[in-house]
Amino acid sequence: MTEIFQSEIIISEISNLLKDDKHVAIGAASPIPGSAALLAQEERKNTNRKLQVTILHSQKFNNFTDGSRELFDASAQGRIDTFFLGGVQIDGEANINLVGTGRYPKLDKRFSGSFGSALMYFVVPKIILFREEHTPRTLVKKVDFISAPGISPPNIYRPGGPKYLITNKALFSFNKKKKNFKIEKINPKFTLDAIKKHGSDETIFIDVRDSGDIQKTGTIKDALTIPRGFIEFAADDQTPYFNTKLNKNSEIILVCGAGGQAALSGKTLIEMGYNNVKNVGGIEDWEKNKGPMDK
Amino acid sequence: MVNFTQITVKDIAKEVKDNCLLGIPADYSGVPMSVTIEIIKNKTKGLRLYCLPLTTIQGDMLIGSGCVNEIETAAVTLGEYGQAPRFQDAIENSKINIKDSTCPALHAQLQATEKSVPFMPLRGILGSDLYKNRNDWSVIDNPMNNSNTNDEKIVILPAVQLDILIFHASKADINGNVQIGRRRELATLAHASKKVYVTVEEIVDEDFFDSELKAAATLPSLYVNGISLAKNGAWPCGLTDYYDIDTNEMSKYAKAAKYQETFDEYMRDFISQNNYSNI
Repeated sequence: MTEIFQSEIIISEISNLLKDDKHVAIGAASPIPGSAALLAQEERKNTNRKLQVTILHSQKFNNFTDGSRELFDASAQGRIDTFFLGGVQIDGEANINLVGTGRYPKLDKRFSGSFGSALMYFVVPKIILFREEHTPRTLVKKVDFISAPGISPPNIYRPGGPKYLITNKALFSFNKKKKNFKIEKINPKFTLDAIKKHGSDETIFIDVRDSGDIQKTGTIKDALTIPRGFIEFAADDQTPYFNTKLNKNSEIILVCGAGGQAALSGKTLIEMGYNNVKNVGGIEDWEKNKGPMDK
Repeated sequence: MVNFTQITVKDIAKEVKDNCLLGIPADYSGVPMSVTIEIIKNKTKGLRLYCLPLTTIQGDMLIGSGCVNEIETAAVTLGEYGQAPRFQDAIENSKINIKDSTCPALHAQLQATEKSVPFMPLRGILGSDLYKNRNDWSVIDNPMNNSNTNDEKIVILPAVQLDILIFHASKADINGNVQIGRRRELATLAHASKKVYVTVEEIVDEDFFDSELKAAATLPSLYVNGISLAKNGAWPCGLTDYYDIDTNEMSKYAKAAKYQETFDEYMRDFISQNNYSNI
């Protein structure tokens, strides 16, 4: 079998999100979204639902003739279904920061700038946030600078906004009412990598669901079972409940039903000084990819 | 013989006065690098750069050379060659002022000047820190009350007129009309500028207005104050249909610009090499 690259998996994931679009536009320096759009276009070539792809800064794939403002005008007119935005930082309410980290305007680290995000985020119905790096540095609680806000009050014209966030680890959907992201799918490459580590002495697997839930589905073979509400105690060597199998320098991989509880537990562990904590998401993905199970 | 004012690259650079508001085209629409080097050699000071909507090596070089006091832009970046190091250094150490903007706002401010109206409304922007940091932007209630959004708030942006615009293009015709192809943002910039100077790869013995197709891709001479020949005038940036970006030179620049000392050294070499003919 030929090796599958992570970028190929992400391209395929993104391409699936473009299924019902008529026109996708791609900004500068976005090879992965660009490849995904061209893949989606190719897949629909022999159907009667053609996909128009506009790649700015390309002579061949740029469908505009009225200068660089046309992208923004066409978007405001509702002629573009999907656009991609990134960010130095993205926060839980889908605010994006393309300007830099630290206190504006001096900043600790200046990045390029907001580009067209402050309009595109408002008017394109399906904005896909794309940030390969999935770390506490990029996905933050609150961005240092808002280039464009994730949500707006009702007196602001806003037919568009964030729909998905894709990182090298997972696909999330954004819920406008709840103002938060939900994990839709863990990148299968990441699950496969975690399965390879199963059985190694250096990696500890923990299922953070309650015992009732674990009974229904089974769990990762030989995983520790520490419910989410108990993890602060089990991970603290100053309490009598400390689980001696835990060690701040081991790699810890967390699992739950859908990835949400594992993410919260992971955050707690990192705050407590555990250095190498990962989230493998929901148990279903693990089982589907033939990870060893205890049933 | 041509029927327009043909001048030199040095003449154009002299028109860029200290403290003026200078229009900067994006990397895809004809970066006037040959003139930029002359501006740097003239030790021009206090420039205010207005980017439509971003700049790459041109802005970074001008900033690193101490020519710039303020920049209004949606981004400064070397694209696939990384961040723009002299720009980053200037911001992180408060050496220049920045008016952080967004692409459509930079277009709209010039479009207001094109139409000679005092301001232009633009959707989006509200709720961003861009808006919070722009004292020259304002918000109004939509006075027309004609949208489906009740009590709609909308941003208004001031008309901006540039003192001078310089860009590089492929061809000028015998009457000083300039071919800009589909890079219509150059027309927007020109319409909104008091003075416009252009460098071109070649001057051709024809009139673009004789062909409807060519006329549609032309900036008429009525907007142009002077034209100079400058072969490879955008180098190391690219020029559509003529040459691609010089990846070696851009990598070399990106590396050198990381520190002021190595940047200064790079600029000394760059200037002494006389890379542009017909100056």
